[in-house]
Amino acid sequence: MAAALQTAALLSASPNPIDSRRFRLGSFARSLPGTRASFLVVRSDGSIPNSFTASSRSEKFITNAVATKSNAPASSTASKPGHELLLFEALREGLEEEMDRDPTVCVMGEDVGHYGGSYKVTKGLATKYGDLRVLDTPIAENSFTGMGIGAAMTGLRPVVEGMNMGFLLLAYNQISNNCGMLHYTSGGQFKIPIVIRGPGGVGRQLGAEHSQRLESYFQSIPGLQMVACSTPYNAKGLMKAAIRSDNPVVLFEHVLLYNLKERIPDEEYVLCLEEAEMVRPGEHVTILTYSRMRYHVMQAAKTLVNKGYDPEVIDIRSLKPFDLYTIGKSVKKTHRVLIVEECMRTGGIGSSLRAAIIDNFWDYLDAPIMCLSSQDVPTPYAGTLEEWTVVQPAQIVAAVEQICK
Amino acid sequence: MAAAAAARRLPAASLRQHRPLLLRPFASSSGDQQPITVETSVPFTGHKIEPPSRSVETTPSELLTFFRDMSLMRRMEIAADSLYKSKLIRGFCHLYDGQEAVAVGLEASITKKDAIITAYRDHCIYLARGGNLVEAFAELMGRRAGCSKGKGGSMHFYKKESGFFGGHGIVGAQVPLGCGLAFAQKYIKEGTVTFALYGDGAANQGQLFEALNISALWDLPAILICENNHYGMGTAEWRAAKSPAYYKRGDYVPGLKVDGMDVLAVKQACKFAKEYALKNGPLILEMDTYRYHGHSMSDPGSTYRTRDEISGVRQERDPIERVRKLILSNDIASANELKNIEKEVRKEVDDAIAQAKESPMPDPSDLFTNVYVKGFGVEAFGADRKEVKAVLP
Repeated sequence: MAAALQTAALLSASPNPIDSRRFRLGSFARSLPGTRASFLVVRSDGSIPNSFTASSRSEKFITNAVATKSNAPASSTASKPGHELLLFEALREGLEEEMDRDPTVCVMGEDVGHYGGSYKVTKGLATKYGDLRVLDTPIAENSFTGMGIGAAMTGLRPVVEGMNMGFLLLAYNQISNNCGMLHYTSGGQFKIPIVIRGPGGVGRQLGAEHSQRLESYFQSIPGLQMVACSTPYNAKGLMKAAIRSDNPVVLFEHVLLYNLKERIPDEEYVLCLEEAEMVRPGEHVTILTYSRMRYHVMQAAKTLVNKGYDPEVIDIRSLKPFDLYTIGKSVKKTHRVLIVEECMRTGGIGSSLRAAIIDNFWDYLDAPIMCLSSQDVPTPYAGTLEEWTVVQPAQIVAAVEQICK
Repeated sequence: MAAAAAARRLPAASLRQHRPLLLRPFASSSGDQQPITVETSVPFTGHKIEPPSRSVETTPSELLTFFRDMSLMRRMEIAADSLYKSKLIRGFCHLYDGQEAVAVGLEASITKKDAIITAYRDHCIYLARGGNLVEAFAELMGRRAGCSKGKGGSMHFYKKESGFFGGHGIVGAQVPLGCGLAFAQKYIKEGTVTFALYGDGAANQGQLFEALNISALWDLPAILICENNHYGMGTAEWRAAKSPAYYKRGDYVPGLKVDGMDVLAVKQACKFAKEYALKNGPLILEMDTYRYHGHSMSDPGSTYRTRDEISGVRQERDPIERVRKLILSNDIASANELKNIEKEVRKEVDDAIAQAKESPMPDPSDLFTNVYVKGFGVEAFGADRKEVKAVLP
């Protein structure tokens, strides 16, 4: 249906958004502990729940790149205070709520049980749910991913954790051929409601093999859905949505984002897997990003705002399929696109996104799409070299200046 | 399976009742539930386990069912051979003739709630699990009426309702899947087991040992059956495996070596395996069997083995001939009656092919169906539950 919405939006080129969308202005907290992040929830109003109406305007939102406590306006429609937690705790909360709700949800991975998870995402779950639902596997990614898929064929909902996304390359055959394709080759008989998750991305001098970005390798597998979380709020929401989804979902987390702190609502919420997140609305240029690069972009946005630019920052979240509806609306508004990603230049998410935007929104572009990605090198160990492989805020500022010339 | 197979022989009227024992057209004065005890051709060999007895109990009706089912499978595979040569079946086609005893014997010892998963030589196991002959041929020819709607092909036959999980093209990848099925069975606690079949070629895959380790660790009711037809594609087993005693390869997992051309031995072994696995965890069964065709239709099958070897096995160990001799020697049916069964089977297969040929090719729109489960299946909502962002159908 989301695909239909996007297609309908494209074909009709109607200016009216056709469903209620929530625009969220989030401030970011980097890995500095203690930085409080407050967020403002802005809703497009006038919409009747559960129906698609031509809801139009949004309320006034803050144009600063960073919303500080003093900036929060009185017209905030934020719900009850909520509770503060770190990103890995948010993932755990989502996982725990789903395991409570559905007895077929189980977790398997290395060190997820008694050890509590190498990034503490599954801490405490083994004592609560027992060894049959939180399974410590031996170091055998190929087979335990295959086992997760086999269990999913019968109707269980396993959550398979790769200790590091890079290790899942050993299970690539299972993910590509069995996970992605079984629904198709069986003519719809089997569905694979599995979630494959784990941290990836460039960390702090972890070395080449532990700094891989697998989203570019998985993106052409048909039948797979991919999402990347970046804040505690969307981490929990996406984890819940991924578990509930009947499709195989790969949830990409990032090693450096696990200690982000944010206040999230107490009430239950589930985010849409195929939707992108508007981080900062703007007018001059659309910056598309995901995962950790979102924070580099927001840091660059601070500099850009001071220089007089007004970037629109969208966290695409859904890496497969792309939320072309949100992206398209933004492109039509700003006419300039910059993609900032952590993938390699060759064959990364950015190159597919660029192709998708050119295919669909060529007429709206006033400048060539720029794509900033990591260098096509194995990630070196030395700190300075590692910094140069990944996109830095200064490069983002320079790129925006070039696009907006 | 016995009931269904026997039912196929009868006119439609008597099919209304599914009685476990149906009247045979060739009734003898003694009841056909009279147990017959047969000795298997060779005794079982065990690895770290006490093998079951050589004496197998069977009944006349069961033997006739075996005969009919195996003849049907043999006929289907030979028909698939000629369809492939007339280019109605394309791509890869891996034929199972010679190995029918494994499929039939396995099916006779378990229920439809138990799960079977196998690799690409899956046509006969699909049939044994209650698959439809027309759907099988339609799938082979890529038609819409196929069991996977024409989108899977020869290597992707599945039947979810009867616990047949396919049908997999990548060698060895089905074994971890099978152990996952066993895990789910243990999780759901229904007292069922999973049989994961693989070949002597796949026995050298690492993921097999990984899955075996996990299954043994977690006591999963998984039975791994190595269908050892002595050739992994074009490479003989002694050239591919340092230790071709596949039933011993599990090391800490017990194993049993079975004559895979003797359907009664297979039945006995699988029954024994099921009882064992439900209590003690995984077990390996090695079925010593043989395929008459090459690895697939693109392989003549004679470059790496001699024609004498193939015809030798056909003369001495053919599974259908063995059952035929048993039937004749026990006076269950006459040679003529068996010939009639074969004629019936031939006609059934021909009719099925004719019917499958009439089925149309899939619609172009079918290209995009079943990529994702319809509508992505998730309802998304905000924290206050008043704002449902996307309820996808």
